Amino acid sequence: MPDPILQVRGVSKSFGSVQANVDVTFDVERGEILGLIGPNGAGKSTLFNSIAGAETPDSGEILLDGKCISGRGPVACTQLGIGRTFQVVRSFDSMTVLENVMVGAFARVSRVRQAMTIALDVIDFCGLTSHVDTPAHSLTPPGKRRLEVARALATQPRILLLDEMLTGLTPTEAQAGMQLVRDVRTRGITIIMVEHVMEVLLPLIDRAIVLHLGAKLAEGSPKDMVRNPDVIRAYLGDRYVVA
Amino acid sequence: MSTQTNAIIRRRRRELIIGAVLLVVLAVLPLPIPNVYLRGLMVLTLLYAGLSQGWNILGGYCGQISLGHALYFGIGGYTSAMLFTKYGIPPSVGMFVGGGLAGAAALLVGWPCFRLSGHYYAIATLVVGMMVLLLITNWDFVNAAMGITVPFRHESWINLEFRTAVLPFHYFMLAYAAVAWLLAWIVEGSRWGFYWRAVKDDVAAARSLAVRVFPSKMAAAAISGAITGVGGALYTQYVGFIDPDSGFGLPLSVLIALPAVVGGVGTLWGPFLGAAFLIPVQQLIVAWLGSTGNGIDLVIYGIVIMGLALARPQGLVSLFGIRSLAGGEVLADTSAAAEAVDNA
Repeated sequence: MPDPILQVRGVSKSFGSVQANVDVTFDVERGEILGLIGPNGAGKSTLFNSIAGAETPDSGEILLDGKCISGRGPVACTQLGIGRTFQVVRSFDSMTVLENVMVGAFARVSRVRQAMTIALDVIDFCGLTSHVDTPAHSLTPPGKRRLEVARALATQPRILLLDEMLTGLTPTEAQAGMQLVRDVRTRGITIIMVEHVMEVLLPLIDRAIVLHLGAKLAEGSPKDMVRNPDVIRAYLGDRYVVA
Repeated sequence: MSTQTNAIIRRRRRELIIGAVLLVVLAVLPLPIPNVYLRGLMVLTLLYAGLSQGWNILGGYCGQISLGHALYFGIGGYTSAMLFTKYGIPPSVGMFVGGGLAGAAALLVGWPCFRLSGHYYAIATLVVGMMVLLLITNWDFVNAAMGITVPFRHESWINLEFRTAVLPFHYFMLAYAAVAWLLAWIVEGSRWGFYWRAVKDDVAAARSLAVRVFPSKMAAAAISGAITGVGGALYTQYVGFIDPDSGFGLPLSVLIALPAVVGGVGTLWGPFLGAAFLIPVQQLIVAWLGSTGNGIDLVIYGIVIMGLALARPQGLVSLFGIRSLAGGEVLADTSAAAEAVDNA
């Protein structure tokens, strides 16, 4: 029996004359790793921002455990259990790794020592323990991505949104990043990943939603997606569709 | 893991000890120095250390650069002076009323202005400051352009009035600077402190971590304004006079911000180091040039600050290996840290 943790219902969003999302509907099952894929400009990030509360959909609604969360703002969404990372890394560069993650922990606790305990646990989980007191700005790019995940995890989310977390990493780094994502799932956290590089994502995800020109193009297992003529057409053009 | 837990706590404890030692040293320092001029110099330095620490809470930690802090200084000074001259309320009480009003004024300014970001916020505070300067200059109730002279009644600690002695004011200003420092120390280690720095570094990321950006800025503004207001009241009692220019002038707004900027933005010690360097230099230049020409002292002062900004963009605190929150430039240990991360 399906048990969706998140339901996206007919979400549309335009910026001026550009339709970023057109009537997008899908469910996210509890505990799955869902890939949100599509070529550049497909509307992935906009949808992502709507789920995280950073954008308000023009129409439609987003339900978390049956409760409408769309349009309530990023602060409320985080408190309700949606954590996110950013496509362009946004670490707090004047702070150390520990301090960065503590900011996230303060979403749940107000005492400094409690925040520190949560933060150290998450930092350890993300494999950043040796950099606890490192200034965030001096981390390497994969280090910063890890820091973003750690910071989001410190808010104790039920759903984690990862925005192009693996893009731009070397294959080795991407492997390590994928392992981290799997580890996060074992903590009982549902994961939605946005990625436009398909081959990175396919071995990792349980299910994929393909967006194209703002609308949902296809939905299914990763294996089916790479065979789906519509998906191939969207990515590569008609020439590559094998009839 | 517990050793890591102690890293931040150890640092904070060390800062507290250094602060306590410094407090004792500064309490004893004027005793063997009978020279009134030098004592006055110390009084001013301590005053600006406190004022700039107040500015630092909003401008340094929270990253909201205010060019209108004279407004809060003036409100504190005028409130205390008015309460004393018109209603006989002692300045030792009036300065807290002034501080409270200044904090409230900071909230009032913040309400519309915090909706602006970056440079626009700074410009807005500048404009508000100039507006209020004009209002005060034309407001008869507060003696308009004449200003308020605080009448000398009798030697009194409660009224903060002393015929000639400078030493009591040394202790008032020392207490003021110490309390401002302690407040900064407390909030720096609290959730507010973390939220302010997050807001300063990246607003969108802060929001995604459930940081309420607007209330965070407002809290910083209130504390910042209140500290500055109390300083204004102390200054007014020290000098015995306040007028629109000395209370609300734009140069004053800059002077309040400068020690923190020169010393190290968003650090505990920046405002102190900045004041300890800038105020003596400024006063020495004035004393040295005497009356040779209006404004020359400020020109030289400006050149000194420019030189300092070039040589130490991270502020004077970087001399002690402390990283300022200004971002951008970093210390020498960074490359080592980066290397360590690379090797991992």
